[in-house]
Amino acid sequence: MTRSDQWKLYLTVAFVLASVVTLWPTFQFYSLPPKVRQEVLQARPSEATSEAERIKLEKYVKLRDRAIKLGLDLQGGMYLLLEVDTSKLGPAEAKNAVEQVRQIINNRIDQFGVAEPSVQRQGENRILIQLPGLLDQERAKALIGQTALLEFKLVKTEEESKALYDRIDSYFARKLRGGAAPDSAAPDSILHPFTSRLLSSSHSEAVVLAENVPIVDAMIRQISADSTFSTDAKLAWDAHETEVSGRTARGLYVVGKDALMKGSEVASAQMRLDLDATRPGAPGVSFNLTSRGGALFGDITGANVGRRLAIVLDGRIQSAPNIQEKIPRGQGSITGTFSEEEAQNLAIVLRSGALPAPVHVIEERTIGPSMGQDSIEKGLRAGAVGALMVVLFMVVYYRVSGVVAVVAMILNILGLLACMAGFHSTLTMPGIAGIVLTIGMAVDTNVLIFERIREELRNRRTVLAAIETGYARAYRTIIDAHVTTLLSSFALMWFGTGPIRGFAVTLSIGLIINLITAVGISRMIFDAWSVRRKLSSISI
Amino acid sequence: MFEILHGVKVDWMRRRHIAFIISGAFVLISIISLIVHGGPRYGVDFTGGSLVEILVTPPIHADEVRAAVDRAGYKGSEIQELSKPGQFLIRTEARPGHESPGPAISQAVQAQRAGTHIEILRVESVGPRVGGELRGAAIKAIFFALGFILIYVGIRYDWRYSIGAVAALFHDVFITVGALSITNKEITLTVVAALLTIAGYSINDTIVVFDRIRERSKTLRREAPERVMNIAINETLSRTIITSFTVFLTVMALYTLGGEVIHDFAFAMLVGVVFGTYSSVYVASGLALEVQLWLDRAGQSRTKK
Repeated sequence: MTRSDQWKLYLTVAFVLASVVTLWPTFQFYSLPPKVRQEVLQARPSEATSEAERIKLEKYVKLRDRAIKLGLDLQGGMYLLLEVDTSKLGPAEAKNAVEQVRQIINNRIDQFGVAEPSVQRQGENRILIQLPGLLDQERAKALIGQTALLEFKLVKTEEESKALYDRIDSYFARKLRGGAAPDSAAPDSILHPFTSRLLSSSHSEAVVLAENVPIVDAMIRQISADSTFSTDAKLAWDAHETEVSGRTARGLYVVGKDALMKGSEVASAQMRLDLDATRPGAPGVSFNLTSRGGALFGDITGANVGRRLAIVLDGRIQSAPNIQEKIPRGQGSITGTFSEEEAQNLAIVLRSGALPAPVHVIEERTIGPSMGQDSIEKGLRAGAVGALMVVLFMVVYYRVSGVVAVVAMILNILGLLACMAGFHSTLTMPGIAGIVLTIGMAVDTNVLIFERIREELRNRRTVLAAIETGYARAYRTIIDAHVTTLLSSFALMWFGTGPIRGFAVTLSIGLIINLITAVGISRMIFDAWSVRRKLSSISI
Repeated sequence: MFEILHGVKVDWMRRRHIAFIISGAFVLISIISLIVHGGPRYGVDFTGGSLVEILVTPPIHADEVRAAVDRAGYKGSEIQELSKPGQFLIRTEARPGHESPGPAISQAVQAQRAGTHIEILRVESVGPRVGGELRGAAIKAIFFALGFILIYVGIRYDWRYSIGAVAALFHDVFITVGALSITNKEITLTVVAALLTIAGYSINDTIVVFDRIRERSKTLRREAPERVMNIAINETLSRTIITSFTVFLTVMALYTLGGEVIHDFAFAMLVGVVFGTYSSVYVASGLALEVQLWLDRAGQSRTKK
């Protein structure tokens, strides 16, 4: 063995060792039983209750961070692209709003308990959210998309409400008759176009049958859009449906236009089951206010004893309790017909604060966990079967040389996976396709070389000379082939999105490693084999 | 030595006109299919809209699913029953105020037939504006990928060869798009990745043959270009077939075993590999030869003057 051969051997051994060491955590992680693996995924050392547990959880986190991650398409999960609607904000506000939204959503998700969530800003006003693993998708979406603007507003008195309704009625009555005052003998639906659609006698808290809700809602929108209709009151729907003599209906409140206090004064919030004495076990949310908020709340309640205070979330009335007395300590609760999960969500969004601007989901990709499981099993099986067929073919066709090619191919995949673990990349379905195509390219490289060697042997060259010229001549073609494929992969990486990029990344890494394994390492094996044995023939 | 296709002496170039006719026919069929279908069928990635895949247990009939989807307010949606009983793929159009149709559809199906369990397997929902952006990104990716390849081939080889290589590449990609159109498959982001991989493979195959032609034209300086090309193609034929065969094997494994997520990708790859093999032998070299002969003729007539 010459000196340079020795160096090559050392480098190869180093390459293999480094790959194995980098891949070791991945191997460890995926050979854990599924239940433990889930635990590892969700480990949060900061929440450890004891020192021993903290050490264990930190070990978990280390393992998790060093293992190759599976993409959402393989393990199931949710991909959401949100757009922050900054149209109603000034340019300076808009700039901050997106970052604020990101932080708030990040907080909410953090409290939701998802393993390894990712919340990133994308471009001007977009936020990309990736939530891997098993989760209740509807709940997650509700949690993320909720603006969670909490306001405390006074419910208007009966008289104030009646006055407002009368004005609305005459507004629409005039509209219906083209501006003229209606004839007092006209039917109720013409005299009172608005209130005739309401069910209840109480004006401050009316009830609307479900089938009338859209019409009434449209009317409310119309008056609030009309700047000539000035009022200090606002109509707000109940957040929950009720039942009136067997028919579904929704409550409609008249509340003040301006909030007396906002949710930014909420210091903490918890889901509780014991808030409503009449319905024990019904989920609700109790909250504590900041000291400033507490003082404000004391003043508000003190000045309005006997009136009703509406707790409004995103423009809908959650509850409107009577103020019995001044509440000096800053503490309150929200009750209603919540499910336990809804109450939990509400507590989370109150704690993390309101979004400064509404958000819209503009792209969503959700893969159910069973589908992800199915994909990874099928992907791995297809990969294994494909690779096995290629291995069989190569060994049958090229014999011992085929074995060399297979060894080079295995080292290629090993190195590729090690790179992915080292770069903390994520393995996705297109990524698996990229690996499969890398196998194709790796085989092609060796086929090119072997066919050249065979040709040289046919031209009656010695084994050593045939290997020498075979490699030398195939080399140029191999470089051309790799450069062109790499160029197109780079274009995919730069301009492609999501799945395309994953494919391009694995393919490019695979191709670069292939130049080392299929050319360098296989050559080294050939040299060692032919030189040492002084072969006069070669199995190719 | 176990060998296939060694020592073949096929006169490929003499029959190149037949190949041109065959290629022309395939391209024509592709064009006709594209015209009949009104252009390629773009997936929700590019048009905007939603794909919802559900599993209903126990299985119900597709008509019931359709009725439920209509009632959920998604009239005119496409409903496709997948291989597994009770598994449906529902494609809805993009609508303003974009909202994922998953929950509404699943509730409606539940209401359609009480006692069924519905699992949402997959939702892909793309707003119309995002669809437009993804389309832009894909076009840019294709444009730059092809551009890079062409520049490289142009630098590395004579421009006469470049024309052949480019024609072969477009031939392969175009026929694959045609095959997708004939089988009514959608062009999605992953299919675009497949098309670009086909382009990469196509150029790769072509380069192997061209490299050999260049090498042979130096050693066989006195031979006619047809003969040089024939020799080069015959010499590289076993490599072309073996490589294509192994790629074909792996892609076939993806196609049959890879599951539906990768199915269309693998289908496009299969078509591309088959036509890529054929085109690197015939279209690329054949056209390069035509260009060369044409130049020779032009040169001769000029010297006569």
